[in-house]
Amino acid sequence: MEQSWKSARGIFAAALALPLFWLVVFFLFPLGIVWLYSFGENRGLTDIALTGTLSNYLRALEPLYLKIFVKSAGIAALTTGLCLVIGFPVALAITFAPPKAKGWLLMFIMLPFWTNLLIRTYALIAVLRNEGYINQSLRAGWGLANGLATRLGQAPLASFQPVELLHNNFAVVLGLVYVHLPFMVLPLYSALDRLDTSLLEASLDLGAGHLRTLFRIVVPLALPGIASGVLITFIPALGAYLTPDLLGGPDSQMIASVIERQFKRANDWPFGAAMSFLLMYLTFIGIAIQGALSRKSREPG
Amino acid sequence: MAQSPTPPGPLEYLRRWPLQVWLLGVGTFLYAPLLALVAFSFNDSRRNIVWKGFTLKYYAKVFHDAALIEAFANSLTIAAISTGISLLLGALAALVLWRFRFPGKAGLDGALGLPIVVPEICMGVAMLVFFAKVLPWPQGLVWPLNLGAIIISHVSFSFPFVAVVVRARMASFNRELEEAARDLGAGELQTLRDVILPHMVPSLIAGGFLAFTLSLDDFVITFFTSGPDTVTFPVKVYSMVRFSVTPEVNAASTILIVLTVILTAIALRLQGNQVAAAAHQPVERG
Repeated sequence: MEQSWKSARGIFAAALALPLFWLVVFFLFPLGIVWLYSFGENRGLTDIALTGTLSNYLRALEPLYLKIFVKSAGIAALTTGLCLVIGFPVALAITFAPPKAKGWLLMFIMLPFWTNLLIRTYALIAVLRNEGYINQSLRAGWGLANGLATRLGQAPLASFQPVELLHNNFAVVLGLVYVHLPFMVLPLYSALDRLDTSLLEASLDLGAGHLRTLFRIVVPLALPGIASGVLITFIPALGAYLTPDLLGGPDSQMIASVIERQFKRANDWPFGAAMSFLLMYLTFIGIAIQGALSRKSREPG
Repeated sequence: MAQSPTPPGPLEYLRRWPLQVWLLGVGTFLYAPLLALVAFSFNDSRRNIVWKGFTLKYYAKVFHDAALIEAFANSLTIAAISTGISLLLGALAALVLWRFRFPGKAGLDGALGLPIVVPEICMGVAMLVFFAKVLPWPQGLVWPLNLGAIIISHVSFSFPFVAVVVRARMASFNRELEEAARDLGAGELQTLRDVILPHMVPSLIAGGFLAFTLSLDDFVITFFTSGPDTVTFPVKVYSMVRFSVTPEVNAASTILIVLTVILTAIALRLQGNQVAAAAHQPVERG
């Protein structure tokens, strides 16, 4: 049983002081300033007057920026959907793997996750760029086809045009899926691992096929885990900065790029502050939904 | 569908070929880019595409690149110091939340969860504003004090992770042990040192590893707090990657990948022992 703080005030205060101080001064306070700035106006180059204006938020809701919000949400949703489709069979395979293989498979999924995000993004650039591995392979294939065509007496093919794989929305979604797949697989696995397998066996015994069992039995039972995986993937994908920045083109800006620009280049801190708090509110809404879902799933049990 | 001598059981999905093909595909997707990156760091060609022969010259170049070495040393220093501070703060926070009932406990719990869930970009700009307006970090301090702003930001996002890991471990602590120590005459500090801390050790190792990796991996928050003379490895690689794909970056990345794999292996090993230890002490799990 927990002890009341009153019974050992000295120890309580001594243990609490440092972490509380750090949390307040080096985390909550900086966020608080950004929150205040979101109601401020630029005065001169470096001064920001806290006027309590809502104009920054109104500006963030202008079509130009609203479009970026919608687009970011769309890209994050597409990423999440792809992660779910790709990750579900993987989670299923891990769940029903023998105990020894289970550990290895989990590590197999987690190891890239521990690798530096920047390095993983860089590795994708090397694959996708115009002189990258995919385009080089295509070029070699094209060369072969060309040789074959001339040998058969056909006119030579047009010169090889590399497929534009990098600096577009396709690359951003691919990169986000590449980075976020483990976020999806782990919650799915922990949900599937708790399933009562006798229900699945019963369904199979009674003549339902594997796919039917999957969609009628597994998916409904694992729904809370799926919902949690979806949100755990969607939230960081929505606020992603590095992937769209390095893999995207001029038209694949996401919210985080806009925020970064306000602070580092455009020097419009109040507007950037409003944008980051809008992103934060969206995140909190997502977390609240996830919390409600996971509470709901525990209640009937 | 069964190709093996004994047909797979109804739920042995791992032994069915569609899933095997799927896993192979996902594995290729996850690992091929990284393996290509590592392989081409040994390729004797600047163009980085066609295999021209084995070489270590890009590693030699990396080891002679003073800026890259400095960035690497900065990253390791930041990770080491911020891990140390995070362990202390995280363990204290976990102890308070584990042991005491107090007004505002739910609030503290929630606030501690914030750094974990707040988008990196929001935390990055908050740190930028904080160090620009409230606590301008003096320029030109001696190393490693010049890294202070980055270290502080890293502690802010990693110590809550340590707190979560330690608290999960403390949930399995048998409070009767603490009472027994007290009854036998141990004081608060002695109980903490001889009874609670030993129980906490595995989670401190796991949490320390987590904090170290988070710090080493972080780009976004560092990007907003680093200055021209405090470049970390990810920030340096970022500026290199923006311009071109070069074998030097491949070599430097390979070094970091190898370091990560080694750290992961050590952590898994230690955690494996932790699991083994837990199995031998059934009392503790109650």
